[in-house]
Amino acid sequence: MNSNKVLSLKNLSKTFGSVKANENVSLDLHRGEILALLGENGAGKTTLMNMLFGHYMPDSGRIEVADDAGHFSDLVLGHPQAAIAAGIGMVHQHFTLAENLDAVDNIMLGAEPLTRMRRNRHEAEKKINALMENSGLSTPLDVPAGRLTVGERQRVEILKALYRNVRILVLDEPTAVLTPQEADTLFENIATMAAEGLAVIFISHKLREVLAFSHRIAVLRLGKNVGEMATSEADEQKIARMMVGSETSLPIRQAATTGAPVLHLEALSVVGRGRRDSLKAVNLTVLGGEILGIAGVSGNGQAALAGVLSGMMTPEAGKIILNNEEVSQIDPAQMIAKGVGRIPEDRHRDGIIGSMSVAENMIIEGVDGHRFQKNGLLKRENITEHAKALSVEYDVRGPGIAAPAQLLSGGNIQKLILARVFDKKPLLILANQPTRGLDMGAAADVARRLIEARSRGAGIVLISEDLDEILRLADRILVIHDGEFAETHTRDRAELGLLMAGQAA
Amino acid sequence: MFDILQILLSESFWSASLRIATPLIFGVLGALLCEKSGVLNLGIEGIFVAGAMVGWMAVWLGAGLWGAVLAAALAGALFGLLHGILTVPLGLSQHVSGLAITLFASSLSYFSYRTALPTVSSPPRIGPFQPLDIPILSDLPFIGPVLFQQTALTFLALFCVFLVWYVLNKTALGVAIKAVGDNPNSVDAQGLSVYGLRIGAVMAGSALMALGGAFLTMSAFDAFFFGMVNGRGWICIALVIFASWRPGKALLGAILFGAFDALQVRLQTEVGAFVPSQVFLAAPYILSIFALVIAARRAEYPRALLTPWFKGQR
Repeated sequence: MNSNKVLSLKNLSKTFGSVKANENVSLDLHRGEILALLGENGAGKTTLMNMLFGHYMPDSGRIEVADDAGHFSDLVLGHPQAAIAAGIGMVHQHFTLAENLDAVDNIMLGAEPLTRMRRNRHEAEKKINALMENSGLSTPLDVPAGRLTVGERQRVEILKALYRNVRILVLDEPTAVLTPQEADTLFENIATMAAEGLAVIFISHKLREVLAFSHRIAVLRLGKNVGEMATSEADEQKIARMMVGSETSLPIRQAATTGAPVLHLEALSVVGRGRRDSLKAVNLTVLGGEILGIAGVSGNGQAALAGVLSGMMTPEAGKIILNNEEVSQIDPAQMIAKGVGRIPEDRHRDGIIGSMSVAENMIIEGVDGHRFQKNGLLKRENITEHAKALSVEYDVRGPGIAAPAQLLSGGNIQKLILARVFDKKPLLILANQPTRGLDMGAAADVARRLIEARSRGAGIVLISEDLDEILRLADRILVIHDGEFAETHTRDRAELGLLMAGQAA
Repeated sequence: MFDILQILLSESFWSASLRIATPLIFGVLGALLCEKSGVLNLGIEGIFVAGAMVGWMAVWLGAGLWGAVLAAALAGALFGLLHGILTVPLGLSQHVSGLAITLFASSLSYFSYRTALPTVSSPPRIGPFQPLDIPILSDLPFIGPVLFQQTALTFLALFCVFLVWYVLNKTALGVAIKAVGDNPNSVDAQGLSVYGLRIGAVMAGSALMALGGAFLTMSAFDAFFFGMVNGRGWICIALVIFASWRPGKALLGAILFGAFDALQVRLQTEVGAFVPSQVFLAAPYILSIFALVIAARRAEYPRALLTPWFKGQR
């Protein structure tokens, strides 16, 4: 493996404004190797890969690629076409499929000259079928990509790269949207392709899959190389320490005593926006002092559940009983008044009003009392005092409480929301993907707060696609699939994965 | 029933329908091409005026008819280029830029016309396209007069329907245009130029729009006068939605509208005594609103329509 170098990134640097996204980053890749590229959010992984693929122009540095015969030459930088010609393929985190085109057209797009007047779809289909057989990646070919499942779309993306005879494949967070089973299948396929000589770099946050499937691990921190190791010598603690630069300890969940039910759903039906994103006559009970984990692949009814609990969607049928009292009128203000705390999935869109100040965002759910306003006039002093106190307590960092909330980083926006929600001591907390996209430090903070609230006696509904998070935090687990819940006592990943895919374990 | 049946079965009615539909066919194809790439082109109304003026003036200045058609298409493409630059790399609001193009193109056309002919009171005439007389085919009963006594521009319009359909569905370029209108990142990830594809599609689409205008001065009438486009461009914008961005349905929609228009003219003479003529003039537009209400619910918009895309921002 050592002599078969296919790619060498040398001292790449890239600056965006005043931010050094990459500083003298170097990386080698060998034939048949699966390299995991790790780092916290903002460590510069995606920037590095985008430079490799020509989407970004590096400020300095070189990239050398070997041709089929093993001769190295400099890659022309800043041109995706040059990268493709050199045998580099990239599967972006956000898929780049045209949803109105089928798989064949998506795969052929750009692989044939635009001047071609008669396309040879037939020939292409034959080649794609052969590729599917060799790699084990299969997907329907004649359906518009918009109607494929996420897993299928990803396979189209990989096939797109293989169709161009790539020798180096880059995958940016390939399993973020997959069920555990799909993820495992994907990595098995990747391993097969690597055994045949494909060199693979993948970016991931999931240490489990990194340890299970990669050969080598490279870690970036704050835009710089901080270390490399063979996967055989790595373990979770070692990697985490390298990524964060210091010890972070994940909070430990201790047994807690449960109290009376705080939420009870009876035969609740909600019609959601998506095809499967509805709830079908579900029953649910959440006790005070427990964290109920809702596991499942997104788009299976989570949005409808969150919508109802946050008062933003009206159910078709069924009852909602909050703290022994039936909720007759569902609207956001009512739900807040009845003691529901909401941590929304899309924190930028639903969690804050970006153009308003941090202080204003902190009181946004509490202006109906007399603490922050009188006769419609805001009490600025109280608001400022309140914001200062919460910023300290919840460690919200940024340009100050008078600055627009959109200037905060993702982690600090989440802390702002936690401060606003938890300060009201809600009975029921809806935490929808509370740590998605947060780096380890911030994620650990969120988890700690949730556990604190639970100890205080609040009931928590934790919706998460991250099975590890559910396993770590939840006292009880429900799997949601196609609008229905399956209660389960298993803590086995494979069994949970089967339930998430809708197959009875 | 006021002999509606008799009207609907007459050769002259369908012949008129196709004639009225011709500029709309050009316009709706042009708008469709722009929108397939993700750019709404509200410059259409003004580009119609520019096409009408340039086509007419080229003939008046001594150019051949086909040379004038080419000049009109070029003028349209230039306005398309302007709209493309404003909305694609600069990412300005497509609505605002489109309306500005409409105001600019029509005002510039009227201005040029007035500058060239400061003193004439009645618009000078040119020798327009004549109906093509194709031996045998033109003598067929019914079909002959309807189809084969149109001018060459009508046949060009019908050919363009096929051409746009073929390009969008059978060529690599068409696949790329559809892709850039759905998800520009898909095109960018392949190293193709999002800007190039979009500006190109807008220029080609605008050239088609200008042909619709040229038909007015070079085939339907034989002179250029103010207000002659009379909202045809806006109708095309609605027809694209009715057609759900499909060239075949676009043709159908244009002919349907042409038929409504031809029908109202004939109904006016039948029942004009009882009903004010304005009702008939408004009828095609009211009917097209109804058609839209029904069709637009199922319409599949190009996903990236109206959304600017910037390089390096992903």
